[in-house]
Amino acid sequence: MSFEPKIVGILCNWCSYAGADLAGISRKKYTPNVRVVRVMCSGRVDPTFVLKAFESGADGVLICGCHPGECHYAEGNYKAARRIPLLKKMLSQLGIEDERVRLEWVSASEGDRFASIVDEMTEQIRQLGPFSRNGGGENG
Amino acid sequence: MERRIGVYICHCGSNIAGTVDCEKVTEFARGLDSVVVARDYKYMCSDPGQNLIKDDIKEHGLSRVVVASCSPRMHEPTFRRACQDAGLNQYLFEMANIREHCSWVHEDKGMATEKAKALVSAAVRRVYYHEPLETKEVPVNPNVLVVGGGIAGIQAALEVADSEHQVYLVEREPSIGGHMAMFDKTFPTLDCAACILTPKMTTVGQHPYIQLMTYSEVEDVSGYVGNFKVKIRKKARYIDEDKCTGCGQCQELCPISVPSEFDCGLGKRKAIYIPFPYAVPNKAVVDPVKCSHLKGLAEGKDVCRICQKGIEKKGIPGCEADAIDFEQKDEIVEVEVSNIIVATGFQQFDPSVIYQYGYGRYDNVLTGLEFERMSNASGPTNGEVLLADGRKPESIAILHCVGSRDENYHKYCSRVCCMYSLKYSHLLREKVPEAAVYQLYIDMRCAGSGYEEFYERLQEEGVNFVRGRAGEITNIAERPEEEGKLIVICEDTLVRRKRRIPVDMVIMSCALEPRADADQIAKTFSLSRKADGFFLEKHPKLDPVATMTDGIFIVGCCQSPKDIPDTVAQASAAASRALAMISKGKVEIEAAIAVVDEELCAGCKICVDLCPYKAISFDEEKKVSRINEAVCKGCGVCVAACPSGAITGKHFTTEQIMAEIEGVLV
Ligand SMILES: Cc1cc2nc3c(=O)[nH]c(=O)nc-3n(C[C@H](O)[C@H](O)[C@H](O)COP(=O)(O)OP(=O)(O)OC[C@H]3O[C@@H](n4cnc5c(N)ncnc54)[C@H](O)[C@@H]3O)c2cc1C
Ligand code: FES
Repeated sequence: MSFEPKIVGILCNWCSYAGADLAGISRKKYTPNVRVVRVMCSGRVDPTFVLKAFESGADGVLICGCHPGECHYAEGNYKAARRIPLLKKMLSQLGIEDERVRLEWVSASEGDRFASIVDEMTEQIRQLGPFSRNGGGENG
Repeated sequence: MERRIGVYICHCGSNIAGTVDCEKVTEFARGLDSVVVARDYKYMCSDPGQNLIKDDIKEHGLSRVVVASCSPRMHEPTFRRACQDAGLNQYLFEMANIREHCSWVHEDKGMATEKAKALVSAAVRRVYYHEPLETKEVPVNPNVLVVGGGIAGIQAALEVADSEHQVYLVEREPSIGGHMAMFDKTFPTLDCAACILTPKMTTVGQHPYIQLMTYSEVEDVSGYVGNFKVKIRKKARYIDEDKCTGCGQCQELCPISVPSEFDCGLGKRKAIYIPFPYAVPNKAVVDPVKCSHLKGLAEGKDVCRICQKGIEKKGIPGCEADAIDFEQKDEIVEVEVSNIIVATGFQQFDPSVIYQYGYGRYDNVLTGLEFERMSNASGPTNGEVLLADGRKPESIAILHCVGSRDENYHKYCSRVCCMYSLKYSHLLREKVPEAAVYQLYIDMRCAGSGYEEFYERLQEEGVNFVRGRAGEITNIAERPEEEGKLIVICEDTLVRRKRRIPVDMVIMSCALEPRADADQIAKTFSLSRKADGFFLEKHPKLDPVATMTDGIFIVGCCQSPKDIPDTVAQASAAASRALAMISKGKVEIEAAIAVVDEELCAGCKICVDLCPYKAISFDEEKKVSRINEAVCKGCGVCVAACPSGAITGKHFTTEQIMAEIEGVLV
């Protein structure tokens, strides 16, 4: 059996969660590897959530928020846009591959986009293989 | 404390059960920590389904409930109510979305069932940490603020004021009326704009429940739904509005002439002026940049003042009402309101950025608004359609979609341009009956009551419809009949041929775009903007006039381009929403908000600047941050940012989210 990665999706309530709902409403099929956790805004995503996910067995973390300028709380997504790249930089120093954490903007009308992001990310992580919890990367 | 959790798995007919093995998920749920009862049922949202929950709460003494069914965006309120009905605090409930996020998007039954289990386990772990929360009610102030006095703001103000509630109407320009006041006729019925608008404007000016503040702008909004505090700057008009009778003597006397904004620069006004004959209020205003006396004052000189003094030698008096006051200063007015209706409208796209159309380079290339003024009987040409040299045009081209539906400028359709272009055809037929009129369109979009009929009528009036976007306008003639003309070059896509159409006049139906200062207005009123720059509504279909900030509504063209009927409908909708809250007398405040633990707060103030709602203030005495419950929306930005972990986002606590993350990964 091929490796089926487990990916935690952290989605903001207003755009991205609604976008994922729309994928459902329009019966768009995508891989079942992402499991969604809802937060009110992508600005609520604390970097420790991402670490927690890896610690608990995730192979990847997908964070989705509203498009720039469309955050329902004015600018929470700009906060995410600053925090997540910082986190990724830190993770890369620990040898964690860049593809394992992804920040995407998905609007409430982009069900198709959500589905294709999930498919694409699942495939990328399938290629990478499971996340090794004792350090990750070659040094681990 | 012991947790007693009940889990309910919905089949949703075959919507879920067709892809997810609901029995297996139920069995799985039974084995989870703290779960005392787990059931599956065909339709959990039905009455019998809800009764299952209610009965179990009582019988099994459930202290937490999980329903795995559709999206919480759909039925969370339904199940929360069921819990509340059975005496369980509504926040002790959690939902797992196994339909939109699972059964509807996956095909493999085995994998879908595994995912459903993970989602249920996450909800169970999360609900374990839920805490009961109380929603609070606060009383509301009965006044309403309307910002912008175009047709949208006028309508909203009148609707509220007619119910005998105080309205403050703030308009930036010296008169209300907005764009509609500039128009000649309005499609599709061709009523004269002034005839239908001026009675409303006058009513606004005289209404006992409307305090009209023109030449004014909102500087700051604080507070929250039901209780906003608003600071308004009334710019110095240099006229005592109580004394001015609107006689117009001052503008007769004023020696300084400048292009009139209201006439789009086609006509002139004076440095002291009444913006247009039916302005409301019908009061003069002094243009501080152009007035020689005010300019002189800045240099300590006393010059001109002819408007005030008159011309003694000729025995012509100045302002007899003694209304001119060059000493006047800006004034700050503070008001308190429950709701704010933002109706700041649009601006016309500036076509000069499309260089190849030659707007501003060639004479007789006009924008839609310029043509409205020219066609208007009270406009600069007294309603005559004239070329720059005073001749009547023999041929006219109307270009649709200038700046709209164009990757380079605005991708969206401005919705009214097809219709007002048709309106121009008709007006031209009336005013220059011999002239040939060409409409260059991409598609005709005439959706609206009576609109298609209007289009048909126009087709019978003998207009040349050319399907194609103009590529260029040039004055370089290639043929004798093009001499002295503007040549519109386009591809006629119906006959697949390049055409050169020589005309005397070109009218460009320009896009409606967000105002240049939309960003500033968005900040003042805590609004978000869409990708196209217009203000974002709470829900594009089901809540188009509300915004994410409770108590702040958006109506008319500041929300998206639209015609007058839709604008008026939105204005009335927002007015009734505001009145509904006022008549209820109180508002419920979101319970899922953030709180600061003063013990842990280090006083770093990071959160204060981050909050998009200005809900956090700093207590200088105790050196801790404090969150205003009524203003906080619960976005959680501060929670994630607090370096001391001192802020808790209620109902989205770190503990709850961490538990959910663990849960989805079982
Ligand atoms: C050329 C043209 C022709 C048209 N013809 C028709 C027609 O025939 N029939 C039809 O149904 N529709 C027509 N429309 C559409 C119509 O113009 C709009 O539907 C309507 O004007 C929208 O009204 P509004 O109040 O939202 O905006 P506006 O008319 O733009 O009014 C907004 C008001 O807010 C004020 N304001 C802006 N910012 C602030 C601020 N910060 N503080 C205070 N005040 C502020 C402005 O000064 C203005 O008075 C036409 C549009 C154009 C461009
Ligand atoms: S609400 Fe979607 S990112 Fe802020």
